[in-house]
Amino acid sequence: MKNRSLVSIDDLTTGEILDILDMATGFEKDPTRQLLDNKVIATLFFEPSTRTRLSFESAISRLGGKIIGFTDASSSSVSKGESLNDTIKTVNNYSDLIVMRHPVEGSARYASEIADIPVVNAGDGANQHPTQTLLDLYSIRKTQGTLDNLNIFIVGDLKYGRTVHSLIMAMSRWNTTFNFISPDELMIPKEYKIYLDNLGLKYYEHTDFTDIISRADIIYMTRVQKERFSDPIEYEKVKNVYVLRNTMLKNTKDNLRILHPLPRVNEIHTDVDVNKKAYYFEQALNGVYTRQAILCTLLGLK
Amino acid sequence: MKEPKQLSVSAIESGTVIDHIPAKSLFKVIQILGLESMGDKQITIGSNFESKKLGRKAIIKIEGVFFEDDDINRIALVAPQAKLNIIRDYDVVEKSIVEVPDEIVGITKCVNPKCITNFESVKTKFKVISKENVSLKCHYCEKITDQEHLEII
Repeated sequence: MKNRSLVSIDDLTTGEILDILDMATGFEKDPTRQLLDNKVIATLFFEPSTRTRLSFESAISRLGGKIIGFTDASSSSVSKGESLNDTIKTVNNYSDLIVMRHPVEGSARYASEIADIPVVNAGDGANQHPTQTLLDLYSIRKTQGTLDNLNIFIVGDLKYGRTVHSLIMAMSRWNTTFNFISPDELMIPKEYKIYLDNLGLKYYEHTDFTDIISRADIIYMTRVQKERFSDPIEYEKVKNVYVLRNTMLKNTKDNLRILHPLPRVNEIHTDVDVNKKAYYFEQALNGVYTRQAILCTLLGLK
Repeated sequence: MKEPKQLSVSAIESGTVIDHIPAKSLFKVIQILGLESMGDKQITIGSNFESKKLGRKAIIKIEGVFFEDDDINRIALVAPQAKLNIIRDYDVVEKSIVEVPDEIVGITKCVNPKCITNFESVKTKFKVISKENVSLKCHYCEKITDQEHLEII
């Protein structure tokens, strides 16, 4: 994979995904290693994303790399009207790898075609965010001991959620059973159901968020956002329905873990945080190990 | 009585005849094939002929030009029923129909207003995921553009 870019999770073979997860396991055991000594990593955030940026910068810093970049477009030459093409061509001269976040869809693929150095997509609009997917896979494998034959419940905004779509595509490689829980307005798009049908994978759709979760190995929570609803009354009706509370976890499986890409608003009640099944903060920490593995893989370092 | 004057589309000696082009797509086909820049080639273009299948059809005859499959297939997006006749020595030596290619570069816009190809001067590129009812997946933003939303650049 040396000198390749990571734009979409579909760019990786299953073997390559597992290699990255294995390498991330190594970083979890021993996170501070000087593998990026003398390397300069550009973090280009054309829109702010504090969480993702800090995670990448933590990963780079723990590996001894140097960081150049900007945290939002207003503090870069973009505000002077520079094209993405020109920004990437310039930064290509200054660094060994580019991490970029951009609001325009397809911008990361385009950048990867302009740059000679690897480009890591840290989110391109509503399109892809492959490092999030990899850290989700890492968290699932770590907590369940396997990626095979799991029963995954995905709750909330299944229509627009980028992380949800990428997770479904990725987990469909491992004979996963999916349960989709969402309000009618935010149900999983038809194209994903066709995709699962073609693979012969089982999935179930629910609008009730009740004790059906007793069968879950993983519950992946997402935020139901007000601006997604055409009718504000519909939002008022459902806004408190898709909220996970500690009492709901009483009859769930021991191995169940609750994931969330964060930031959380109110969809997981804070009373869940003390439950040992709450895993979202560890999940965020796993993001650092996973990103360390991604950077080293693309730079051909071990 | 005087014979009515008749202008017919004359036969060509050798070259390519493209028939069954929907009349409304004629100028798009001309553009896609780059006929404006064909130098001194003799080109006969006829439009609004009656056609049972298409209502009004157009026809293009190009003397001395034989297209590669990849080039000619680019017109499939706007003229999916077009028929090709390869002429040598006034005889049709080969007949074929256009086929939608596996990849479309340029030609059409991505339907997604938030796609990079609609922000910067990037040549559009699509993977064809359905040929019958044309459906294109953008190489950049990964969104689908379907037949209904095809917009030729």
